Amino acid sequence: MIRVDGQGNGKSLIQVRGLSKTYRRGGEEIQVLQRLNLDVDKGDFVGFMGPSGSGKTTLLNLLGGLDVPTQGSITVDGDEITHMSGSKLTKWRARHVGFIFQMYNLIPVLTAYQNVELPLLLTKLSGSERRKHVETALSVVGLTDRMNHYPRQLSGGQEQRVTIARAIVSDPTFLLCDEPTGDLDRKSADEIMALIEELVAKHGKTVLMVTHDPVVAARAHTTLHLEKGVLVEASKVEQGVVAGGVA
Amino acid sequence: MAIPIVYNIRSVRARWTSTIVAVLGIAGTVGVFIAMLSLARGFQATLVASGSPDNALIVRAGATSEMTSGVPLDSVKIIQDAPGIARGANGPMVTPEAVLMAPIPLLSTGTEANVELRGVSPNVLEIRKQVKIVQGRMFKAGLAEVVVGKNATNTYSGLTLGQTIALGTVRWQVVGIFDAGGSSFDSEVWGDSHLLSAAYSRPDNSFQSVTVHLTSPEALGQLKDSVTTDPRLNVDVIREIDYYAKQSTSLTTLITRLGGFVAMIMAIGAVFGALNTMYSAVADRGREIATMRALGFGGPSVVFSFLIEALLISFVGGVLGCLAVLRLNGLTTSTINFQTFSNLAFAFKITPDLLVMGVVFALAMGVFGGIFPAIRAASLPVATALREL
Repeated sequence: MIRVDGQGNGKSLIQVRGLSKTYRRGGEEIQVLQRLNLDVDKGDFVGFMGPSGSGKTTLLNLLGGLDVPTQGSITVDGDEITHMSGSKLTKWRARHVGFIFQMYNLIPVLTAYQNVELPLLLTKLSGSERRKHVETALSVVGLTDRMNHYPRQLSGGQEQRVTIARAIVSDPTFLLCDEPTGDLDRKSADEIMALIEELVAKHGKTVLMVTHDPVVAARAHTTLHLEKGVLVEASKVEQGVVAGGVA
Repeated sequence: MAIPIVYNIRSVRARWTSTIVAVLGIAGTVGVFIAMLSLARGFQATLVASGSPDNALIVRAGATSEMTSGVPLDSVKIIQDAPGIARGANGPMVTPEAVLMAPIPLLSTGTEANVELRGVSPNVLEIRKQVKIVQGRMFKAGLAEVVVGKNATNTYSGLTLGQTIALGTVRWQVVGIFDAGGSSFDSEVWGDSHLLSAAYSRPDNSFQSVTVHLTSPEALGQLKDSVTTDPRLNVDVIREIDYYAKQSTSLTTLITRLGGFVAMIMAIGAVFGALNTMYSAVADRGREIATMRALGFGGPSVVFSFLIEALLISFVGGVLGCLAVLRLNGLTTSTINFQTFSNLAFAFKITPDLLVMGVVFALAMGVFGGIFPAIRAASLPVATALREL
């Protein structure tokens, strides 16, 4: 169950407590996230929405260990990541996080197969084991026949499928999707969302997704809005109530 | 595991225009570096080949070269009986030599250059065993005949077999061409020492040096002890090979230092070329680097990967530079030998160790050109770089 009130039972897969992030621009301090709380269970599919600059990507970066908070804590599967050193955090990312980016972020000089194989190079798997994993991941996204194609030889939808295959190939603890359909037409977007839904429903993946698109957000189990640095459940947005107070 | 090297190879290929600039810069630098060193090596090899470990050279005490030496005939007679000197069918294997200079026109330009004339004993071929008559015959003692080194015959006019040439007050006939195995003797003209001295109005009873053939290389000490302690003699004894090695030192040092300086200046340019290529590679691939970092590749992996890329570029440049300069190997050129002021022909000598040095030099440029961009790549802010367009 997803909660934003900080009252979770402590058994959630992801627990965020009192998370704040402040940036300095010039002499000015900009507080992007303010004492934010979040509990996400295994197998949940959460959509984050909010206006530009509301801190959606910042939250995703913090959850993915790409950035460090100014205050607060993030615990994933029992690991408190906010105080990890840079190199420990890098190893943690490799093991626990699968990233799906808006612009796919595939390596253009590597084939689909080699792109998907990248996260496995950080494991102790043998060459043949890696091959098995890559082929499985590519078959999940329906691109086995395109494994030797370079990103430039694929459509946008196919590129995003390769990104998804790369994100799931090492079986991470959870997937972080940053506008996964932001660069796709509606048809391709629907296909990608169907694939993500399948990962949740069939494979039990935990997915946290940032999107601008209400249609896409509606496919998540729960949609949370980021407003003034805190998270609000969609139903409560309609009622004008913010977690911990009145909006 | 590190970022796969195929990523670097294909990235280098994808940015081939800037890669070519860096490769050519490094190739040019390595080419000059090897060319200069091979020039020095060739000069040194030519002079060192002139000496033999079985021979000793005797010059006036304190003389730094044959040109500043003088050994009177009386001394030669005493030296002939010294211990350690081998004896042949015609007596002691000793050649007292007169060294002179003669201006002779170059075949290539027609301008005159100094040729070393060496007055030798008729038994000189027994003493300098590396010297072989390859055309014609050896000169006869007492006749105005000369034999010419193979480089000299190809370099100067009037020195081909059968021709006559005026040297001093006498016209000499070229009766033979000799091959001295690529040594400095190949640039010389040899004749009867008494006649050559007379042709240049030089005293008949004085020589520049005496070369002796030792009974064995170990006999040098015995000979040295004997002639340097004899109160009638005022001479120094040096192994012939050491003498020529020493003669080559000043010019090889000059060429090496000059070459090193030029190569260093070029290397600075090439390193900047490599830096530019690698910095632009990092700038162009910020998102790729950030993606790798997000996937779990650590900073050291990124540094290593970009260093490998720089080394790849520099290795190709190094090999290209080696291949380009390889055609110089064996090419004959000439310079003034500062010890004798004569023209000395020698060949570029590109040895495997020089090629290895060239590639190592290229890799060093790669490290300097790659390390800073690699560090920058590893320290890119991941979250920001991930969203770069």
